[in-house]
Amino acid sequence: MPLAEHPYDLPDARGHFGRYGGTFVAETLIQALDELAAQYARYQRDPDFVAEFERELKHYVGRPSPVYHAQRWSRRLGGAQIWLKREDLNHTGAHKVNNCIGQALLARRLGKPRVIAETGAGQHGVATATVAARYGMECVVYMGSEDVKRQAQNVFRMKLLGATVVPVDAGSRTLKDALNEAMRDWVTNVETTFYIIGTVAGPHPYPMMVRDFQSVIGRECLEQMPEAAGRQPDVVIACVGGGSNAMGIFHPYIGHAGVDLVGVEAEGEGLATGRHAASLTAGRPGVLHGNRTYLLQDDDGQIVETHSVSAGLDYPGVGPEHAYLKDSGLARYVTITDAQALEAFHDCCRTEGIIPALESSHALAYAAQLAPTLPQDRILLVNLSGRGDKDMNTVAERSGLRFYCRPECDPSMRTV
Amino acid sequence: MSRLDATFARRRAEGRAALVPFITAGDPSPDLTVAVVRALVAAGADAVELGVPFSDPMADGPVVQRASERALARKVGLGDVLAMVREIRRADASTPIVLMGYANPIEAMGAERFAERAREAGVDGVLVVDYPPEEAQEFAALLGAHALAPIFLVSPTTPEARIEAIARLARGFVYYVSLKGVTGAGHLDTAEVARKLAQIRRHVKLPVGVGFGIRDAASACAIAEHADAVVIGSRIIQEIEAGAPEDAPARAGAWLATIRAALDAAPASRSAEKRRA
Repeated sequence: MPLAEHPYDLPDARGHFGRYGGTFVAETLIQALDELAAQYARYQRDPDFVAEFERELKHYVGRPSPVYHAQRWSRRLGGAQIWLKREDLNHTGAHKVNNCIGQALLARRLGKPRVIAETGAGQHGVATATVAARYGMECVVYMGSEDVKRQAQNVFRMKLLGATVVPVDAGSRTLKDALNEAMRDWVTNVETTFYIIGTVAGPHPYPMMVRDFQSVIGRECLEQMPEAAGRQPDVVIACVGGGSNAMGIFHPYIGHAGVDLVGVEAEGEGLATGRHAASLTAGRPGVLHGNRTYLLQDDDGQIVETHSVSAGLDYPGVGPEHAYLKDSGLARYVTITDAQALEAFHDCCRTEGIIPALESSHALAYAAQLAPTLPQDRILLVNLSGRGDKDMNTVAERSGLRFYCRPECDPSMRTV
Repeated sequence: MSRLDATFARRRAEGRAALVPFITAGDPSPDLTVAVVRALVAAGADAVELGVPFSDPMADGPVVQRASERALARKVGLGDVLAMVREIRRADASTPIVLMGYANPIEAMGAERFAERAREAGVDGVLVVDYPPEEAQEFAALLGAHALAPIFLVSPTTPEARIEAIARLARGFVYYVSLKGVTGAGHLDTAEVARKLAQIRRHVKLPVGVGFGIRDAASACAIAEHADAVVIGSRIIQEIEAGAPEDAPARAGAWLATIRAALDAAPASRSAEKRRA
């Protein structure tokens, strides 16, 4: 079966989701993108390719991931039933690996021995380094130098896996600058290199291709929910930074009667403070990183710096399909602050024995707000997109605890 | 005849390539840009490309990105760049000025409003790096309606069919990016450039400018043998950032004058005449 077959058939042939998406890149990249789009169109319908992808997801990633009824938490909230799609149980600890496997298999078919990636929190970098090791490919990961400092553990994981991590010192030294640098590498080395983009953003065909690889999440839910819960959910909830885990679980449910789709953006310290990453809620349409979408920008059209306690949501844009779903009303988008996400993080740890990623904690927090307002026979399905092991230091610092300290934040621990 | 067309026609009649320096508007500071442009023109620039600062200049290398960051630190936006062009035009009615930048600042201003204001300020052409022809149909028409030339890139990887599509939309000149990579990269292969230019000229009647990788008199003269215009950016910006801000006009002008002298000392290119015969 092809990877994506659906009555809703966006994007169009040039990658447009209504007025969003497209191919807004310099001429130097067009040929590579055209080739990628043509090859993807071929392999997404190639039975051998699809079978290999599914085999890898089963035996290497550990799919299907279960759906789990968070009964204690639901009971405590006293309303709708909360179910979790357990992407946190995947190999490497998040949904990111689904897409990396798909793109790495494609890279192999295109004969490209080298893969590159951008990463913010380091999850996509780790997933890319993982599949590069699995398939024996050279791997270079671009990461803002600010993020390299904040996410030292993931930098170490990538290096263990054999990847080269290149700190990016330009601009705000975060995810968007890493993305700029990865694009530059790709322009320069396009003949040997496959660029594994980690989210449903970037120029066509990436938003479509990443969505297709991730939509295994929602397809599994379509089958699992009737078996486990007796029916499909009333609401599907997922956090949205770039938006790949949300597109993955939303896509098979788009237009599904009686199922509401809710994306949860990072409100950071509050919309009014300007320190947030809620592109769909507080941004305006514009062009960045190869696509037209909602962006956080100033009056001059310069992209502004964003903030979220969760590095994976800390991005000034959002996938163009989310922009389309928002405008068309096929999905709605809400916001959750750092503080609300942290509260849900702790509740999930203590009530269900699951340590969620801070990204996923935004989706959990909205579910915890919504559940008490609904009757007990309603079902909320939350994409628990990743586990929180990577967030230990962030949470500890927020709680005034220190599990350990990096030398650069505590001079007394510096070894001379 | 537009300023761009007149300039290229004059250079072509002489059998010589036009010299087109690029600087980022607002670098090293907004109050020096007009003086830098005047110095470049005095040093022999035939046209000037002004970069519009953008927070995420994906197609540029570190040198142009640093220039963009210096300008943004002084809050230079697209409106300020247009004001600079207006100021340049007060004393210079003939040198073509091309804006080069990214889509988002233009979309933030509104494409229609931008076209009106650019025309009124005295801009001649606009190159939006992340508007390939597929995404630029409306924008190119809008520029045309305001007598502004939409300028497009052709790269070493552009296939012939796309060159045709670009030729249909482009006005003023076509900008051949002589390297795979970003602005300011090294390793320029003149023979490869000549081969690709011949291919481009089968479809494009407009003049073809060549940029990316031109760093000195030798590479400028080598490219001038084949191209209608030589575009130099990163190397001039390096000249600007190597000195005190107030010395930027003098340093940029002095450096460009050496290139101008070398181009003028070379014999008028027979191949340039031949290729248009």
